[in-house]
Amino acid sequence: MINWRGMNKLFVKEVLRFLKVTVQTIITPVVTVLLYLLVFSSVLSDHVEIYKGIGYTAFLVPGLIMMSVIQNAFANNSSSLFQSKLNGNILFMLLAPLSDLEIYIAYTGAGIVRGFLVGIGAWIVSCWFVILPVHNPWILVCFTLIGGGILGSLGMISAICSDKWDHIAAFQHFVIIPLSFLSGAFYSIKILPDFWQKVSLLNPFFYLIDGFRYGFLGRSDISVVTSFAIVLGCFILVSFLCLLILHRGYKLRS
Amino acid sequence: MIPAVSVSNIHKKFGDFQALCSIDFNIEDGLFFGLLGPNGAGKSTLINIMAGLARADMGTIHVMGNDVRADWRKTRRTLGIVPQELAYDPFFTAREMLRLQSGYFGKGKENHAWIDELLDRLGLTDKADENMLQLSGGMKKRVLIAQALVHKPRVLVLDEPTAGVDVELRKTLWKFIRQLHGKGHTILLTTHYLEEAEALCDRIAILDHGKLIANDTTEALLELCPYRFLNLSLSSPLANIPELIQKKVVSFDNSEIVLRLHRTKDSIGSVLDALNSADISFHDLHINEPGLEQVFLSLTGAKDD
Ligand SMILES: Nc1ncnc2c1ncn2[C@@H]1O[C@H](COP(=O)(O)OP(=O)(O)OP(=O)(O)O)[C@@H](O)[C@H]1O
Ligand SMILES: [Mg+2]
Repeated sequence: MINWRGMNKLFVKEVLRFLKVTVQTIITPVVTVLLYLLVFSSVLSDHVEIYKGIGYTAFLVPGLIMMSVIQNAFANNSSSLFQSKLNGNILFMLLAPLSDLEIYIAYTGAGIVRGFLVGIGAWIVSCWFVILPVHNPWILVCFTLIGGGILGSLGMISAICSDKWDHIAAFQHFVIIPLSFLSGAFYSIKILPDFWQKVSLLNPFFYLIDGFRYGFLGRSDISVVTSFAIVLGCFILVSFLCLLILHRGYKLRS
Repeated sequence: MIPAVSVSNIHKKFGDFQALCSIDFNIEDGLFFGLLGPNGAGKSTLINIMAGLARADMGTIHVMGNDVRADWRKTRRTLGIVPQELAYDPFFTAREMLRLQSGYFGKGKENHAWIDELLDRLGLTDKADENMLQLSGGMKKRVLIAQALVHKPRVLVLDEPTAGVDVELRKTLWKFIRQLHGKGHTILLTTHYLEEAEALCDRIAILDHGKLIANDTTEALLELCPYRFLNLSLSSPLANIPELIQKKVVSFDNSEIVLRLHRTKDSIGSVLDALNSADISFHDLHINEPGLEQVFLSLTGAKDD
């Protein structure tokens, strides 16, 4: 028996929370994308051609959108849950008849929604630079959901495990940001030396971005089916890990 | 009849520190129960285990016959917890907080009238739509109390609800909680105000260093210390002490004499008569009734200075 109403309320609360500070949670990340586009597309657009017949800006935009989706899904859940932990108001959720799964779904869902909104914002500003074709909208939706889901879960995990803001910042700046920058958002891994190509293939974010880009351009470094299988696997894995941590009550129910 | 709360053999360690050791007691349904103890005794830890915020190393707690671990959904619906620490969500108003909390318990719009009633009863109507950050400490406390009641729990647990609360709120609060108790709610209260516990609780348990050292009706506990103290300020130094009261003297000097009298067995009238007939005159008198405080101090071994 699932407490649907309770889960929905928690989800709505999480969405309302970031909507109350939209400048910080939606506008700023979209402006960041805009800055990237200004710099990279104007500097590189005439010089680099990665897929034949596709300009650099068109190559770049899907990567930037996916990067902002995943970074914001992570930021949303890590900061919201960690702030609740610090303020002590996490108690209200822990006292309620909400299961680990319900809590997990509510938070991850909210992280995905934030990622989605930022992603759409990034897409809209990118139209100023390039109008992208949409090869397959379902692929775009699937990869956004899964990307937001993976990073939303990681955000929850890092919030639960951290004792201070420093820990969250370390996770964000030493894990999430490097992995997203080295994921082939700015280049095709085909231009990398052999060794670095292999290393890139170990980065799950690579598959998120490569598959997502396929949704727009219909071109990718590796098969979209493989990417999908890998990101789905990652999603299941981190979800399982997050549920396990919640179930154990690690640092939440001492 | 199943007890409202049944605590059996609860042990809890934090690292090497034994916070609770083999705690056993029941709270009958409908009782106003006090859980007392000095700082660090383990009261909040026990409440946290009951609420599912902490897990015991050993033992079980049942609320209305349901195990707090196995049947957590049921027990959380039956329990309303007012936590000791102030907690609030700075993103929301008091009314929003209450509606959210009610939603977590699976309730929808049909519960809004009850939320408005709670806001009204706790004197929060004026502040209901202000952000939590703008409320004073005492008001945040009231919101916490309202939050514990949004789902109309059968058992209400109050962990020091009156700490840091002004006299007026304390009065309204107790009136309100007495009414809830009158309607059949079981109340578990922890407090450091012993007069409060003495006046309100039917039954009192005392925790000390993680052990249960007393669990009895309030009257029975009061009888453990059935004495009161009569202080007389003397008009002139004592010449002799009449035999009748010699055994009752706790201390005396030239200006004051203190007598220890049994609440029921000694009559103040006959003591005063004895003093009179011995020509001992005094110009002032007061009676000191230590009550629960004395019992508490003697049981927990704290020194009274
Ligand atoms: N999470 C924790 N980790 C380590 N020690 C803890 C933890 N929680 C409580 N303790 C310790 O357990 C003991 C009991 O704490 P508890 O909060 O239950 O006391 P209390 O009876 O509620 O005290 P007070 O009257 O001050 O509220 C204290 O010594 C406290 O330091
Ligand atoms: Mg306490």
